[in-house]
Amino acid sequence: MEQLIEQATSFEVSDKGFYGNFGGAFIPEMLYPNVEELRQSYRRIMADPAFQADFQALLTDYVGRPTPLFLAKRLSEDIGATIYLKREDLCHTGAHKINNTIGQILMAQRLGKKRIVAETGAGQHGVATATVCALMGLECIVYMGSIDMERQKPNVDRMRMLGATVVPATSGSQTLKDATNEAMRHWINNPVDTHYIIGSVVGPHPYPDMVARFQSVISAETRRQLLEKEGRETPDYMVACVGGGSNAAGAFFHYLNEPTVKLVAAEAAGQGVSTGHSAATTALGKPGVLHGSRTILMQTDDGQVTEPYSISAGLDYPGIGPLHAHLFESGRGIFCNITDEHAVQAGFKLSKLEGIIPALESAHALAALEELPLTPNDVVVVCLSGRGDKDLSTYTKYLD
Amino acid sequence: MTHEPLTQNRINDLFAQKSERLLNVYFTAGFPNLDDTCTVLRGLQQAGVDLVEIGMPYSDPVADGETIQQSNMRALDNGMTLKLLFDQLAGCRDGQSGEPVTVPILLMGYVNPVLQFGVEAFCQKCREVGVDGVILPDLPLDLYLSEYAATFRQYGILNVFLITPQTAESRIRLIDSETEGFIYMVSSASITGSVKGISDSMRAYFERIQAMALKNPRLIGFGINNHDTFETACQYANGAIVGSAFIRHLEQEGPSAESIRAFVQTIRS
Repeated sequence: MEQLIEQATSFEVSDKGFYGNFGGAFIPEMLYPNVEELRQSYRRIMADPAFQADFQALLTDYVGRPTPLFLAKRLSEDIGATIYLKREDLCHTGAHKINNTIGQILMAQRLGKKRIVAETGAGQHGVATATVCALMGLECIVYMGSIDMERQKPNVDRMRMLGATVVPATSGSQTLKDATNEAMRHWINNPVDTHYIIGSVVGPHPYPDMVARFQSVISAETRRQLLEKEGRETPDYMVACVGGGSNAAGAFFHYLNEPTVKLVAAEAAGQGVSTGHSAATTALGKPGVLHGSRTILMQTDDGQVTEPYSISAGLDYPGIGPLHAHLFESGRGIFCNITDEHAVQAGFKLSKLEGIIPALESAHALAALEELPLTPNDVVVVCLSGRGDKDLSTYTKYLD
Repeated sequence: MTHEPLTQNRINDLFAQKSERLLNVYFTAGFPNLDDTCTVLRGLQQAGVDLVEIGMPYSDPVADGETIQQSNMRALDNGMTLKLLFDQLAGCRDGQSGEPVTVPILLMGYVNPVLQFGVEAFCQKCREVGVDGVILPDLPLDLYLSEYAATFRQYGILNVFLITPQTAESRIRLIDSETEGFIYMVSSASITGSVKGISDSMRAYFERIQAMALKNPRLIGFGINNHDTFETACQYANGAIVGSAFIRHLEQEGPSAESIRAFVQTIRS
């Protein structure tokens, strides 16, 4: 099994939780003891061989890892480069989200927590959290924007069937941002017995680093699989979508210090970057503080957080993780803006060429292939973060 | 340009003169109406409130419960901005539109709008319009001390930090030694407006902090919503802070001087 704990790197989080200018722990005092407890213990717990053994066993036997690295021949022909798909869509529950929730539920158990609170946007992280809570017999409370509850009803039903309590977030825009606020408030009100499983590489330190490490299994496996198939561990491009950015952080993690690997982040441009209906954070945002970390976020000149828009509920977030803000600012990452229309077309293309219906989030990463200056010798890995079943009602509007 | 030393500050002056039963009332700037800021401020001063905490409305107030969140949303919808708030406050202090406001003022809010305004520009503006202190719950203490404390000190603006029942003693000592003005004791692990009554475990926490003999005065907030809770808080601290209860009152009874006087009377007596 791969070693999941990476050695110190130049993209390593600092002791105070910063990636370059971004990160930190901007939290009210009410959360300080909880976050501090986690900060002091997470590295030690993750390095414990017994923890690693439990984590690996569940990833193998429950999640179904390693996920395949699939050579997409017809897509490769269409694009004009060698395209591999890292099949996170084949994980149990249908997306990469469960890599993180398995890790965090084991972490919560070792911290002696009895209850789990989480936020969810599209419902994928909520389902992945409800799943591991059922597996471990812990109480689960998921906050979800009331608008998202309507548009992602099947996932609400899945969470309820798994025994979770789904609480509508009715404040603000009633979407992911507000669900995150409500989950934080719940944690403030229940500081002793509850662990907050954040679903992305966002939030106060140590969450971005912890979640990136749990998700780093994606690039750890990719290195080994690519070596078998191509005789090299490093692709020319690693492409992933970024909302908060957890699948991208996992896909990039073991390549951060390999300058030959171009790291491509596909952001959701919605109806177009300049239309006012977009979630292209790096194109539209400025540095600021959101959900406990300093990052790049979409905001007014007065520092009020603005409402993002994307056809994909999983990318509909006004910020990005601080690691990604650092990749953007340092130039290490290549950031593309993909419109709704383009993502949907890319989703249809993969369905017809390879027989794989991708999640709308992952379709943004696929669309980015058409924006890159690829040549026939290039080897490209796309992180196919989730499957598209949840998005059928959206896709079908575009049929014929 | 030279500034007065930090100790010349309305908050410090207040605590030098009065150390018991202080009442600090919170309201959100621009609520219920955009131009109510001075009206409410003057009403609170006339009603004999000792300090006033003015909320700078924010889109994502994570430490606040529903009542204050909604007042924030309403104020933003009304068009409130930090820049406008400073303009309004300048007018209240100099008495352009009525009796000059002399009560100590704190601004309470979240760090992002302050960062966008610019920390130094913010402190300078606070000084200019007569803001005495700020409460920014999501500004980390270590970052404040390493990056911003010197700027706040240069402009004579106090930065008040929160402690909770879970805050470690060593951290309380650090806050006490590194900050001045007062310490904001959050009564229990909670967001604003969600605490019902004062429990035995809260009393135990109040006693524990009382016994620490801190150099700073202490005000207790969260869950102080009537005469009984105010009196209880005053047994263990120099006074108390009322927020959500006053926002509900403004919502129902409006911001007239009589309405505000009636509210303050129910808390005091």
